[in-house]
Amino acid sequence: MKYKLALAAALLSATFFASAASAKTFVYCSEGSPEGFDPGIYTAGTTFDASAHPIYNRLLEFKPGTTQPEAALAQSWEISADGTVYTFKLRPNVKFQTTDFFKPTRSLNADDVVFSIGRQIDEKNAWNKYIAGATWEYADGMGFPKLIKSIEKVDDLTVKVTLNRPEAPFLANLAMPFASIMSKEYADSLDKAGKKEQLNQMPVGTGPFTFVGYQQDAVIRYKKNADFWGPAPKIDDLVFAITTDAAVRYQKLKAGECHLMPYPNAADVKAMKADPNLQVLEQEGLNVAYLAYNTTKAPFDKVEVRKALNKAINKKAIVDAVFQGMATPAVNPIPPTMWSYSKATQDDTYDLEAAKKMLADAGVKDLSMKVWAMPVSRPYMLNARRAAEIIQDDFAKIGVKVEIVSFEWAEYLQRSKDKNRDGAAIMGWTGDNGDPDNFLDTLLGCDAVGGNNRAQWCNKEFDDLVKKAKVVSDQAERTKLYEQAQAIFKKDAPWATIDHSLAVVPMRKGVTGFTQSPLGDFTFEAVDIAQ
Amino acid sequence: MFGFLLRRIAVLIPTFIGVSIIAFSFIRLLPGDPVALLSGERVMSPERHAQISAQLGMDRPLIVQYFDYLGGVLTGDFGSSIVSKKPILEQFWALFPATVELSFCAIVIAVALGIPAGVIAAIKRGSIFDQGLMGIALVGYSMPIFWWGLLLIILFSGTLQWFPVSGRISLMFFFPPVTGFMLIDSLLSGQKGAFASAISHLALPSIVLATIPLAVIARQTRSAMLEVLSEDYVRTARAKGLSPFRVVGIHALRNAMIPVITTIGLQIGVMLAGAILTETIFSWPGIGKWMVDSVFRRDYAVIQGGLLLIAAIIMFVNLIVDLLYGLINPRIRH
Repeated sequence: MKYKLALAAALLSATFFASAASAKTFVYCSEGSPEGFDPGIYTAGTTFDASAHPIYNRLLEFKPGTTQPEAALAQSWEISADGTVYTFKLRPNVKFQTTDFFKPTRSLNADDVVFSIGRQIDEKNAWNKYIAGATWEYADGMGFPKLIKSIEKVDDLTVKVTLNRPEAPFLANLAMPFASIMSKEYADSLDKAGKKEQLNQMPVGTGPFTFVGYQQDAVIRYKKNADFWGPAPKIDDLVFAITTDAAVRYQKLKAGECHLMPYPNAADVKAMKADPNLQVLEQEGLNVAYLAYNTTKAPFDKVEVRKALNKAINKKAIVDAVFQGMATPAVNPIPPTMWSYSKATQDDTYDLEAAKKMLADAGVKDLSMKVWAMPVSRPYMLNARRAAEIIQDDFAKIGVKVEIVSFEWAEYLQRSKDKNRDGAAIMGWTGDNGDPDNFLDTLLGCDAVGGNNRAQWCNKEFDDLVKKAKVVSDQAERTKLYEQAQAIFKKDAPWATIDHSLAVVPMRKGVTGFTQSPLGDFTFEAVDIAQ
Repeated sequence: MFGFLLRRIAVLIPTFIGVSIIAFSFIRLLPGDPVALLSGERVMSPERHAQISAQLGMDRPLIVQYFDYLGGVLTGDFGSSIVSKKPILEQFWALFPATVELSFCAIVIAVALGIPAGVIAAIKRGSIFDQGLMGIALVGYSMPIFWWGLLLIILFSGTLQWFPVSGRISLMFFFPPVTGFMLIDSLLSGQKGAFASAISHLALPSIVLATIPLAVIARQTRSAMLEVLSEDYVRTARAKGLSPFRVVGIHALRNAMIPVITTIGLQIGVMLAGAILTETIFSWPGIGKWMVDSVFRRDYAVIQGGLLLIAAIIMFVNLIVDLLYGLINPRIRH
């Protein structure tokens, strides 16, 4: 009987494993379910990986492995001398995907671009609220409704975008997933059939893979887009096997049930590297974790106090304890993978004696403070409470008493931006578009005080530099401005910069062509698997 | 009988309204603003926040929101998810069969193993069987489901590779859902190997979900059997010279089953709680996982809609049970 049971189990598993090894089907164990398939109305990377990257294209896209925008659906573009008019020439003969539910009759043209961007910035557009509760968080967050004066079709293959002011990161913003280009012909057909909401459920784009089906919270299926305008994908079928638990994703990868997985547990990385069937890619993530002092509250309004505390934080200990080494201590507010990163910046060295003396010199005695620890794990900070405990321990050594506080995540986000916040808050950021402006102005600009600027730090000199860099289009000139801004940041120390985490991608041996994206995107058009 | 039916339905109406008030208000008592969560770390401007709140109808007084919601529910509109923007009812019916399938298989395992284990333990009271079985039951009852599930995955899927790690069926099988129950749909699909694959995927999560009910049923069966075995009529049956099988199987077990069946009924509710963790670890696309994700995202519409639908289903099942009692025992009708 026992033998029969074992045999039955072996047969069942053999059936499965034979299936998992199907020819040219690439299985990605994704970390969560997409919220939908219209990248314009969502903000989660998980959703973009399932929609924007396989199904759609944008006017510009980030060159694989970099944060540099390059031509995609727009073959070329011109920018007016005053930096406010962008004229895009579209790539000819780009076909939309043919699916069971839509057969396109024409190629991509300017109407599609005007439709895709226009619906996000114009409240009166018939597609602005095409499903209940539709909001355009990214377009709004990037200031598109106020920034874009008009978007017009010049001819079938030319689109003109006029801005209200020059905006250097505009091209990078257009390369972001929310700016994906959809088929107006498909949208019109849905409108006619009274099925507008299908735009978010049954997507049609110009990307490398055609949507086949989605079984909620379980599986998403795509097939190779035979009409793709770029290099043809090497795999025939792409499958997202949704697996929310990182430990289970690892087991699936080990068992050969998937070829690649995102976001492994830091504790599993060592075993993954030792596994002869796996290969592990690593890259510094486009992120930063930091401790934001409230620079408007005494004694943290004094630079000397902030600098003293920064010198008392053992970042190496945090990186080791929280990330098991899968991170690097942060020096600047932007990560080293980002252009304009200042290599000249000197970090505050860990020196308890010096820190103690600096505090005494600043006249601070018996300081008690709160350190806020985020309640959730984020890519830039896996365990904020553990980090806060290390900081608490370090600060105790210089006579500073720390009380660790935390709130439910939505409450934390809300309360931590309060101008009167009591204490220093651990927070972080993951870059959206690879532009330094997305860190320096967004997190530290004077406009962001009371919002994303959780240090409530407004330094006019710094702010002028980053505002100027925003309207200059020459990258070399912008780099100089951002380098100066980083020097001011370090001198004034509104944050203790903590870490930039490493993005780790484990995959099966035999998987080739996968390039890690500094933006954390997972794209599979160049991926291949050994037979 | 018709009067009895009307009385039972009349009781359900205030219950349903009570559940709707609880479902609506409890989630709003929790800290956390669903609109602010939409943008995560990216702080939303107060104007934008007000605009989205108005769009979602969340700027109105709670009482107005509640009656508006109740009005929608009575016309079959449970609203749409704040996060995914999809209709609640559509999502619920897509996921519910997966939870039912998993829970059904788990309860079958728990009953099929729990009752014989309890009977053997009772017959062999004080023996090594009894102590061993009850010891295992105690361990099963105390086992954290999440840890137990992971342990089984590592052993049977990762190391021995006897079972797939997670999911409902092998990715090679692709057919549109007909009933939503994978075991049935795989048979209907006619694809060779699909049913076997669905069974192999169901095995580990069912075992994990069955663990606690199995332990409870085994312990309950043992104690009920011990009580019955000491009754006079059992002694009489033995004295009549009936075979041990007839004494235990016919006379004792049937009478011991009454409290056991009540326990099984209660375990179905416990199972829904267990399904939340089991579904999470085995990536089982059911309502437990859906609801938990929604709590973290403060997706009010999903939580209140999901709770109400689950409560409505349980109330409906209870109504049927009550009616059956009424049919079987006419005295209950009065």
